[in-house]
Amino acid sequence: MTTVIKAPGEASAERSGGSGRSKEGGSTGSDGMVLNVFSHGFLAVWAILIVLPLIWLALGSFKTDSQIGGSALSWPSNWHFDAFSRAWDKGIGDYFAHTLIVMAFSVPLTMLLGSMAAYVLARYPFPGNRLFYYFFVSGAMFPVFLALVPLFFMVKRLDMLNTYQGLILVYVAYSMPFTVFFMHSFFRTLPTAVHEAAVIDGASDTRIFFQVMLPMAKPGLISVGIFNVLGQWNQYILPSVLMQPQTGSDPERYMLTQGLIQLQYQMGYETDLPVLFAGVTIAMIPMLVVYLSFQRQIQAGLTSATLK
Amino acid sequence: MSQVAQGKGRTGFIAGFLILPLALYLTFVIWPYIQTFGYSFTNWSGQSPTFDFVGLDNYAALMKDEVFRGALWHNLLLLVFVPTVTILLALFFAFMVNAGGRSGAGGVRGVRGSSVYKIVYFFPQVLSLAILAVLFGAVYRSDEGGLLNGFLTKLGLVDPAHPVEWLNQPNLVLWCLLLVVVWHGVGFYLVLFSAAMQSVPKDIYEAALLDGAGRAQTFLKVTLPLLWDSVQTSAVYLGIAAMDMFVLVSTMTSGQFGGGPDHHSEVMATVLMRNFLYFGKSGYACAMGVVMLVLTMILSVVTLRATRRERIEF
Repeated sequence: MTTVIKAPGEASAERSGGSGRSKEGGSTGSDGMVLNVFSHGFLAVWAILIVLPLIWLALGSFKTDSQIGGSALSWPSNWHFDAFSRAWDKGIGDYFAHTLIVMAFSVPLTMLLGSMAAYVLARYPFPGNRLFYYFFVSGAMFPVFLALVPLFFMVKRLDMLNTYQGLILVYVAYSMPFTVFFMHSFFRTLPTAVHEAAVIDGASDTRIFFQVMLPMAKPGLISVGIFNVLGQWNQYILPSVLMQPQTGSDPERYMLTQGLIQLQYQMGYETDLPVLFAGVTIAMIPMLVVYLSFQRQIQAGLTSATLK
Repeated sequence: MSQVAQGKGRTGFIAGFLILPLALYLTFVIWPYIQTFGYSFTNWSGQSPTFDFVGLDNYAALMKDEVFRGALWHNLLLLVFVPTVTILLALFFAFMVNAGGRSGAGGVRGVRGSSVYKIVYFFPQVLSLAILAVLFGAVYRSDEGGLLNGFLTKLGLVDPAHPVEWLNQPNLVLWCLLLVVVWHGVGFYLVLFSAAMQSVPKDIYEAALLDGAGRAQTFLKVTLPLLWDSVQTSAVYLGIAAMDMFVLVSTMTSGQFGGGPDHHSEVMATVLMRNFLYFGKSGYACAMGVVMLVLTMILSVVTLRATRRERIEF
């Protein structure tokens, strides 16, 4: 059955009820039609509940502080980007930079080390192979809080509190279970014939890994890479324990998530909430862009990882 | 799996590839996990290099700690409600998205624009919890400037002179936090359940429809049993999330590391952090970490057992 209806679109569906019904006429089985209107109605309500607070928050960047305190439903009056530039100067720019510095190293390192371990465990039978695999993967089951106190002192002993390298190494270590788990199942599915051909051509194991296997595993690397980017970008507990200035002269190296909470306290005192809203909007935009450009891989990657 | 010959030099290669990942993982993950157990039997403050072995004193103190017991109770409440509400909503929406369309000769179909719904619903999942904390801090503001109060005032449900103090009301605060978690999670589980539904062969549905089953019946008798594995996994994941809650509670509620008003939103993680970083009771905090681990393990095992059913192959 193909009754072509000019795309009702979400906008018309959310007004629900009558209009949708009359358009579709009485041609279909009434059971399906009622349900269809009903489903669109519920789905649209939830979609609004998701989108509305986000738009409301972004609009807050264009309000004045008294407007924000006055009425939630007021329309912004100040259509300038000054709150954004103030937020940037208040530290959002720095927090962004800190997060990017850490992730520029932690994500590639996670991918490299995770793939190396996963590759060896997936394709080279040796005594204790399974044991090592479970050892790596089991880390995903424990709450971070179990490790928090000793982790702090471990990083302190290495003199790496409030340093980028400290956080980078910790991020890599905590991303290992998922990365090994995901890449392990990926490397197992790669065909063996290519590997054998490379061996006959006299390539060394290391060379096969870097020049044959890693390029072949690219789809898997992309999925797990996005996952690690999201996970490390959104991490809050680890940096809030490990990235605090240790002495008065120690510079502040907050990550973006920490910085936002910092900004929240600060703007509460200074009563400049548009800056806070602008800061959150700035922090949201890259995630929105990453998500919309990779949404297929993100959804597929996360689902397959969870369903395994 | 390739059977690579165990020739000479392979051992070196294997060891070379494993050594760095293993070293990092051991240093920063495994060793701290193990140390926590040891420290939990000491009165270590974290500041001084010395400490005494105090046996089970920390655990005994934990049992008497009113704040910790309250926190444990809140975690258990969340443990019941977070997975239940999230999974029910996600299942409902997943069914709407995948089978809510008009039925026709092609059998059950999804609604139009189902991919748009999935994209929108999933979005909260990529936002950091810190962003959620600020966002919902603003939504729950205790004056007319809060989105929720603003709406309710407009609808005349709330007296503008006395707006609801969402996060400052002892009996509301925990439920406000619960709503944030549900708002955050539903999209992800919707996508998860959708993927599972789509992997069910179409002819199973068609057979059910031909046999005259209604949609509700199809859902309860066909879809749900086939999805049971993913529901189970989701319950465990959501349960683990409900045991944590640190970011939201510590940033949205009042008090040092959150937990206010008057410990009414306290969870184990916030009590742990306060004892560790604020009171300097590292040994005591470690004991809490161990309790959290034990509860997480029990939770996973119980959820998997309690929800065990015969596996359906298709």
